[in-house]
Amino acid sequence: MPVIQNPKNNPSMSNQETWQLRLYVAGETLKSATALRNLRQYCETHLKGLYTIEVIDLLVQPQLAEGDQILAIPTLVRKVPEPIRKIIGDLSNEEKVLVGLNIVPLLKNT
Amino acid sequence: MAVKTKITQPKPKALQKSLTGVSGFDEITFGGLPAGRPSLICGEAGSGKTLFAMEFLVHGAMEFNEPGVFVAFEEKANELAINVSSLGFDVNKLVAQNKLRIDYIHIDRSEIEETGEYDLEGLFIRLGHAIDSIGAKRVVLDTIENLFSGLDNKAILRAELRRLFQWLKEKKVTALITGEKGEGTLTREGLEEYVSDCVIVLDHRVANQISTRRLRIIKYRGSVHGTNEYPFLIDNDGISVLPVTSLKLQGKVLTDRVGTGIVTLDAMLGGKGIYRGSSMLVTGTAGTGKTSIATSFANETCKKNERCLYFAFEESADQVVRNMLSIGLDLNKHIKKGLLLFHAARPTMYGLEMHLVQITKLIREFKPQTVVIDPITNLVTVGSQTEVQSILNRLLDYLQVSGITAVFTGLTPTGNAGDQNDETVASLVDTWIHVKDIEMNGERNRGLYIMKSRGIKHSNQVREFIITDNGLVLQDVYLGAEGVLTGSAREAHKLQLEAERQMQQETIGKNERELKRKEKELELKIQALKAEFETLKDNLTATYNDEASRKKISDSKNQDLLRYRSETVAGNSKPKK
Repeated sequence: MPVIQNPKNNPSMSNQETWQLRLYVAGETLKSATALRNLRQYCETHLKGLYTIEVIDLLVQPQLAEGDQILAIPTLVRKVPEPIRKIIGDLSNEEKVLVGLNIVPLLKNT
Repeated sequence: MAVKTKITQPKPKALQKSLTGVSGFDEITFGGLPAGRPSLICGEAGSGKTLFAMEFLVHGAMEFNEPGVFVAFEEKANELAINVSSLGFDVNKLVAQNKLRIDYIHIDRSEIEETGEYDLEGLFIRLGHAIDSIGAKRVVLDTIENLFSGLDNKAILRAELRRLFQWLKEKKVTALITGEKGEGTLTREGLEEYVSDCVIVLDHRVANQISTRRLRIIKYRGSVHGTNEYPFLIDNDGISVLPVTSLKLQGKVLTDRVGTGIVTLDAMLGGKGIYRGSSMLVTGTAGTGKTSIATSFANETCKKNERCLYFAFEESADQVVRNMLSIGLDLNKHIKKGLLLFHAARPTMYGLEMHLVQITKLIREFKPQTVVIDPITNLVTVGSQTEVQSILNRLLDYLQVSGITAVFTGLTPTGNAGDQNDETVASLVDTWIHVKDIEMNGERNRGLYIMKSRGIKHSNQVREFIITDNGLVLQDVYLGAEGVLTGSAREAHKLQLEAERQMQQETIGKNERELKRKEKELELKIQALKAEFETLKDNLTATYNDEASRKKISDSKNQDLLRYRSETVAGNSKPKK
């Protein structure tokens, strides 16, 4: 499987590649809710149709925390494309999130 | 009233403690770490924090039935297992038995981006899960400060750490948090602010190019604890802390005596040697046979089927064994039997305190009846005078409390016993023997004195100390008009005396013979005189007899004559009547 560093340089790949995002939360907290809302909004804007979001509640599945080395809540993990990236916090800063996930804003390019 | 209640109250609420199993540490804390509370252990890199923490968990899991969780922020689980396996801890086995759990928490700054508010609930959940999965009673966080290098938001971190320690308390686990020493603070991030129940500092100091590890308990809420710096040792069995400064003068006293292995020396010591459990110091200048005295003591101990531990700080074990063969002591057979154990080390190998830790540790393991330290003065090279004295004081106390007979040798720079620098040692020991060089007539001989021997009637005389092929001998020195005679001078004196005695004997013989001859002569004379006398007597008797017979004859003749005469007269005139 080819590793895609930057979908912008390889637009054809973006069709095949699905962004697998995982959001770790711990119960229904304000921060988690904010983070999820923010994430959904960014993905709709920049990765429409190319992403999946998996929300993991560690209160329900605490054993999953170890696998992705989760310390902070909420943590957003980009599993695919590799390499793994993590963004912690309520994702309130859009620019930082996009840089962190290595997503180049579509609006600016088109 | 208020005071009264205060005095009576604390007892039922006494702080629960959790034994660490770290040798010596539980003694100085009177029971270990505060149970159900977090404790902080801090120190520089390489001071033994992680090891201490691991020992705490392993002993807990193996000996006290308290499973533990090790949260590693620095080393991976398998690295950690390998690192401590050298100490004989089989971490993997404990993990398989669910007695131990190692959680490696990795924070890679490069793959983490921070945006907005967050908390460390994930860490709490992981920890909680780990604790619950094995029912852990002990938790180690090593080193939690790594979080600070991985995450930017210090304010959040500090708040979360405070919450974490509170949470650990609520979880009722005994937690040990390690922290790296910071500039001017105990830990780099000031963890001591949060963990305030018990703070332990490990130190690694270098003095005279020798490093010594030390441990100190800075605070321990709700408990008495030793406040000193205690040296500790990390060796094959992990950490041993030495809690000896608390020793008091209350050792038990033994009254039976042990021989020194030199019959003549025993004779000087009231005929029976020194008390068991007492200490003997043998001092002397180089080459006076101190080691020989010490080894013959060791030999004597082993001959009685008792164990002897021999610390050689100058020679290796093989060297001592070989050298002692020359005076007829076969130490090898004792070594083979396991009665004699040599521990040879360079004094500079580690600090003085470390030596003490090492010595006490070996004594605990080997349980000897006699300990020989040869020489004790070599230790001075690694410490100052006062240090040496305090260490020896502690060592002697330890030995006495354990009822172990101790023999030390000490090198004195000058021949004078009075002004030597190990006087300090000498005041501590019970028996002090000094071997002195006596230089005379172009040769050097050894004179042995007993400087003191507490509670034992001992000889005040100087004896000549002779090392022969068959062991050590003490001989009376000659005290004559010429002063003290030793060595060949003494032999010469002996010969001279012998010659004089022989000459005297000859003279006596001659006189005796003369007397006998005289006696014979006189006897002969007496016989001659007797013979003369006999002849004379015979002659005289003969003369006397002649005279008598002649008289007889003449008497009878006269009778005849008379008769004749009267007959003629009667014829003439008729009888008169």
